[in-house]
Amino acid sequence: MAEGPGAVAHQFDDFAQQHEASTLGMWAFLITEIMFFGGMFLGYVIYRASYPEAFADASNHMDIILGTINTAVLIASSLTVVLAVYAAHESKQKALLVFLALTILLGLVFLGIKFTEYAHKFEEHLFPGLNFQYQGENPGHAAIFFSFYFAMTGIHALHMVIGIGIFLVLMFSAWRGRYSKHYFTPVEMAGLYWHFVDIIWIFLFPLFYLLGRHS
Amino acid sequence: MKAEQLEFPIEPRKHYLNANYGVRSWLFTVDHKRIALLYLGTITVMFFIGGIAAVLFRLELATPEGDVVISETYNKLFTLHGIIMVFFFLVPSIPATLGNFLVPMMIGARDLAFPRLNLASWYCLVIGGLFTLGAILAGGVDTGWTFYTPYSSVYSNTFVVVTIIGVFIAGFSSILTGLNFIVTIHTMRAPGLTWFRLPLFIWAHYATSLIIVLGTPVVAITLGLVVLERVFGLGIFNPSLGGDPVLFQHLFWFYSHPAVYIMILPSMGVVSEVITCFSRKRIFSYRFVAFASIAIAVFGFLVWGHHMFVSSQSVYASMIFSVLSMVVAIPSAVKVFNWTATLYKGSISYQTPLLYGLGFIGLFTIGGLTGIFVASLGVNVHVHDTYFIVAHFHYIMVGGALMGYLGGLHYWWPKISGRLYPEGWAKFAALVVFIGFNLTFFPQFILGYLGMPRRYHVYPEEFQVLNVMSSAGASILGIGYIIPLIYLIWSMRYGKPAGSNPWGSTGLEWQTPSPPPTYNFEKTPIVTGEVYDYGKGKQVSRG
Repeated sequence: MAEGPGAVAHQFDDFAQQHEASTLGMWAFLITEIMFFGGMFLGYVIYRASYPEAFADASNHMDIILGTINTAVLIASSLTVVLAVYAAHESKQKALLVFLALTILLGLVFLGIKFTEYAHKFEEHLFPGLNFQYQGENPGHAAIFFSFYFAMTGIHALHMVIGIGIFLVLMFSAWRGRYSKHYFTPVEMAGLYWHFVDIIWIFLFPLFYLLGRHS
Repeated sequence: MKAEQLEFPIEPRKHYLNANYGVRSWLFTVDHKRIALLYLGTITVMFFIGGIAAVLFRLELATPEGDVVISETYNKLFTLHGIIMVFFFLVPSIPATLGNFLVPMMIGARDLAFPRLNLASWYCLVIGGLFTLGAILAGGVDTGWTFYTPYSSVYSNTFVVVTIIGVFIAGFSSILTGLNFIVTIHTMRAPGLTWFRLPLFIWAHYATSLIIVLGTPVVAITLGLVVLERVFGLGIFNPSLGGDPVLFQHLFWFYSHPAVYIMILPSMGVVSEVITCFSRKRIFSYRFVAFASIAIAVFGFLVWGHHMFVSSQSVYASMIFSVLSMVVAIPSAVKVFNWTATLYKGSISYQTPLLYGLGFIGLFTIGGLTGIFVASLGVNVHVHDTYFIVAHFHYIMVGGALMGYLGGLHYWWPKISGRLYPEGWAKFAALVVFIGFNLTFFPQFILGYLGMPRRYHVYPEEFQVLNVMSSAGASILGIGYIIPLIYLIWSMRYGKPAGSNPWGSTGLEWQTPSPPPTYNFEKTPIVTGEVYDYGKGKQVSRG
């Protein structure tokens, strides 16, 4: 919102007010995101309760090794984000750039692994609607499992792409020396967003990969 | 004389309208007042597009036969009317125009917390509107504004996906506005402006914003899933693939019932301002009116199941939803009684905004009381999907929300434009709207009770008299909307200059010139007393 390094936008009286407004705004935005994903989580829970066997069976088709690696990658990226925010607080330019770059790198690794998983699912004819072929008792109910899988992880991945875009912009600004202990709000807000995206994954991973697994 | 003029050239005062000129200065503005006017223009266009659809189907319904349009066109017309009026007029109406203009001014701030986000929200509405209008021009949609599955997600052969994309984008407009209001009200109040010194308009907008922020994302993802289902053939809401169409209804109404409160709460805020100002009294029991807004927002989220009493919902769930729906009547009645008590022994002057305010109280009461009828299980089964429902929600959405919008527009027009509107014409138009509205919708209560279902373009002959009354009322109502459009535009150029406070109101927004300067206040006001300080017959200037 600021015009120059450390500047306070015209509608605010001082930096403290601006920081408070940005923080509250970000948290309110995250609440809308929770409601947004909440609709899908609700749908998942209802169908899981309706078709428990089909869902348990379908979860055996998830690649638990890639899923676990991705979970670790994402948690690691949360750490690098925290370190980036810390570096901004402490006016450590170089560290800020390094940690932002690491976060972007880990985000890209996650997306790469996710893409590989998607490709495998296509090859195994597990994408509902297009070429769905399923060897199991209730292919229709399994299709609902995979509908939610692709919808929820897909929208999660879209959030990650947006997050990586935000970090690229932050890196550009950090490279120009915009952030210091006097002005770090954007880094902190982007960090909140990234943690939120991580937390969504922390719920997605057990729901799709772990629950009811029996192979 | 001439020399004197040359010596002292009268320089026009700088305000937000003449601060700079040109299309760019409007399209890239971050001034909340200019964005409010952008919204005002956009939703006015949308209102008349939705109105044209209503004119066409009321024309069709003047006779029992289907002689003006075929049934498919008729389906597209009422769908168009519903989608445009709900998502592109009523939801943004007061918050995006009057709210955008007034929330910062009423709390003594220079702008909203996130001005650029505010501009982005307008672009979201415009882009979403273009998608939806594009779908209409391409051939229309026939699902009804409710997009019920699996018809919308599988069977309809119309432009469902494009329409939903439009509604989805417009939803972000709403979310960003709500978010901006919440943050602004929390963090940017002037010194001394405590929560219980806030105008009730602000409380109403705060409650509205809570609903917007919590509800809109849910309908967004729900409609998003409908699009995915339609495009990829997923089975989430399709019963032939094991999906549950009633789940769609639950998710849809989880937003779309509270959406009614998104429409009505800001109107209630307007009425609180107007009643106090034109009866020269402080509001009766400020805290009850303020918390009633919050209570309506909270209870509003717990009643969505009353749309589904005949949709295979468990009878026990229906009983709970029925009781909770009736609970909403309590805070609504608190407001109506408190407004009435405020008017009692006030020195009332019947200016146009108050006429609309009084119209609101009467029509909202009818709409609210019939809401209790339809919330009771037995009556609901009888009148479900009949014109009784149509009449009920039009009494709330048009008789309530739209009356408040027009009242507010007249009340703050001197502040927005710096000019007075012609009072005589305005009173006449308010009367025409009131008569036209009742003639349009009261017969529909009777039609529905007698059993005429909604959404059909032909009907038995015995319903014709009441339908002709309704269609005649609709044309009167249409005239009632065109008159203000003409004189408000006229008054921008030819109206008398308003002065900073033509109504003698105590609100902060009146303590600065009209039209306001770009940064609203010369210096940040300091608030020392309560808001509706009309006591003892004298005007108290705050700040």
